[in-house]
Amino acid sequence: MDSTTSVRVRGLRKSYGETIAVDGVDLDIFHGEVFALLGPNGAGKTTTVGILEGYRRRDSGEVSVLGTDPSEGGREWRARIGIVLQSNADASELSVREMIRYFAAYYPDPRDPDEVIEAVGLAEKAGAKLRQLSGGQRRRVDVALGIIGNPELLFLDEPTTGFDPEARRQFWRLISGLAHSGTTILLTTHYLEEAEALANRVGVIAAGRIRAIDAPAELGGRATAKARVSWLAPDGRRSVQTDTPTRVVAELAGQLDGEIPELTVTRPSLEDVYLAMIGHAESDAPPGPPGRSPAPTGATQ
Amino acid sequence: MSTTVAVRPAVALPSVTRVSLSRTGLELKSFFRRREAVVFTFSLPVILLIIFGSIFHGTVGTTGVSFRLYFTAGIIASGIMSTTFVNLGISIVLEREDGTLKRLAGTPMPKAAYFAGKALSCLVIAAIEVAILLGIGIALYGLKLPDSGERWLTFTWVFLLGVATCTMLGIAVSSVPRSSRSAAAVLNLPYLVLQFISGVYFPFNSLPKGMQTVAAIFPLKWLCQGLRAALLPDSLLAAEPAHSWELGKVALVLTAWLVGSLILCLRTFRWQNDR
Repeated sequence: MDSTTSVRVRGLRKSYGETIAVDGVDLDIFHGEVFALLGPNGAGKTTTVGILEGYRRRDSGEVSVLGTDPSEGGREWRARIGIVLQSNADASELSVREMIRYFAAYYPDPRDPDEVIEAVGLAEKAGAKLRQLSGGQRRRVDVALGIIGNPELLFLDEPTTGFDPEARRQFWRLISGLAHSGTTILLTTHYLEEAEALANRVGVIAAGRIRAIDAPAELGGRATAKARVSWLAPDGRRSVQTDTPTRVVAELAGQLDGEIPELTVTRPSLEDVYLAMIGHAESDAPPGPPGRSPAPTGATQ
Repeated sequence: MSTTVAVRPAVALPSVTRVSLSRTGLELKSFFRRREAVVFTFSLPVILLIIFGSIFHGTVGTTGVSFRLYFTAGIIASGIMSTTFVNLGISIVLEREDGTLKRLAGTPMPKAAYFAGKALSCLVIAAIEVAILLGIGIALYGLKLPDSGERWLTFTWVFLLGVATCTMLGIAVSSVPRSSRSAAAVLNLPYLVLQFISGVYFPFNSLPKGMQTVAAIFPLKWLCQGLRAALLPDSLLAAEPAHSWELGKVALVLTAWLVGSLILCLRTFRWQNDR
């Protein structure tokens, strides 16, 4: 592991009984980057991240998070990471400020609680009890508790599930701000536009394996994929796939003498690429336990 | 994307003692702000004490000791077990289910501090409970506080050891229920059964021999006996099965349960439901 890598994973495997959850994952996440892990439910995303966070044991493979094996990570290691889990629904009687101060007391070098409250946009709710907050406000508390220890590496597990679009934009600004201040972030999400907005690199996981890792704009050859030019011809809708969309449009403009009806020029969206990848993964490795070959090593829990 | 890694000055982790005290503060704040929980926790044994006091009169056997004094000591023991074992166990099941425990396990909080916070907050709550019950016993039934240094000493160690044992047992048993829906049932069953066979509401020597033998395995019988030794006159010894307070055995059995449940906690405590 060199000094620029925050997370290094090689040949990671994990099974639950007969079901293979993670089937040989390799992954590198570099200092200071925002890495998004995408994948359908049951793809191995949660298991992989759970192993990196030290919550789950692996069957085999090498894992290093900030230079430490998470299964042996002690308090010193925990002080350097921050974790925002999927849901925390406790009906706490404590106020936002109290809760954040209590968590700050677990860390050797915490951030200032009031600054953190301000950063997550809860300054006006600092005195409110946790159980009185809305879902989106609760999520901000979760993030505040994840970053109060001033982590070098932050895990964000589906952070904006259930947010309205405005809250999601605000949240993205918060995460971008953290990334700019040098925090390495591992984000899992169902929202492709979220990955596109935040991540330097995206990894797609399906059926327990990493299918592709690339910048969001490059994933699956998006940047160099053929463009689709579509328009309404007198005899109906027509479309062509082409490497030279500009020329096609120019020719059409000449033929049609001016405005081309209902013209669109598109390249595959991140969603198109993603769906093609996970569709492919599912067809070559059917999900579920039956008919799957067992993992070569340590299928026990 | 920058590759420079800020070298952090080595700051020491907060000490286990400091975090334990902070956790105790959090637990107490959380408890006392739940008004209805506070009222019901403290009033249940009080109501039982008053109901039993208005139903039962007379003395225990031929000892001349009022039966009301006998079950006052028993209900104090039972109150300790209710605030520590039952309430604590249920609250930990809830914390496991709503993700509180998993989140704590992801922080550098020393795990011992979580248990210390539970134990110290239970100690405070149990002390308040015992003070209320003692007050009622004194006001209504003529209970007398320990009249010698020796009896105060007995009262203190029996109380502390009882709280510690019931707390550890509550933490240990909290790993049994699979969800909060079954938590109350799982925690209340042993509690209710033990109350009836341990000499809380009925003089212990009036119970069938088999029941006495079973009860003697569990801590509540010994907690009741230890409190009787501290609070009730020695004339009651005639009605004790061994005709002795058996304080050595009280200490031994409670300590055995304390150590046993501590080991169980260390080996089986779950910080999350899934794994």
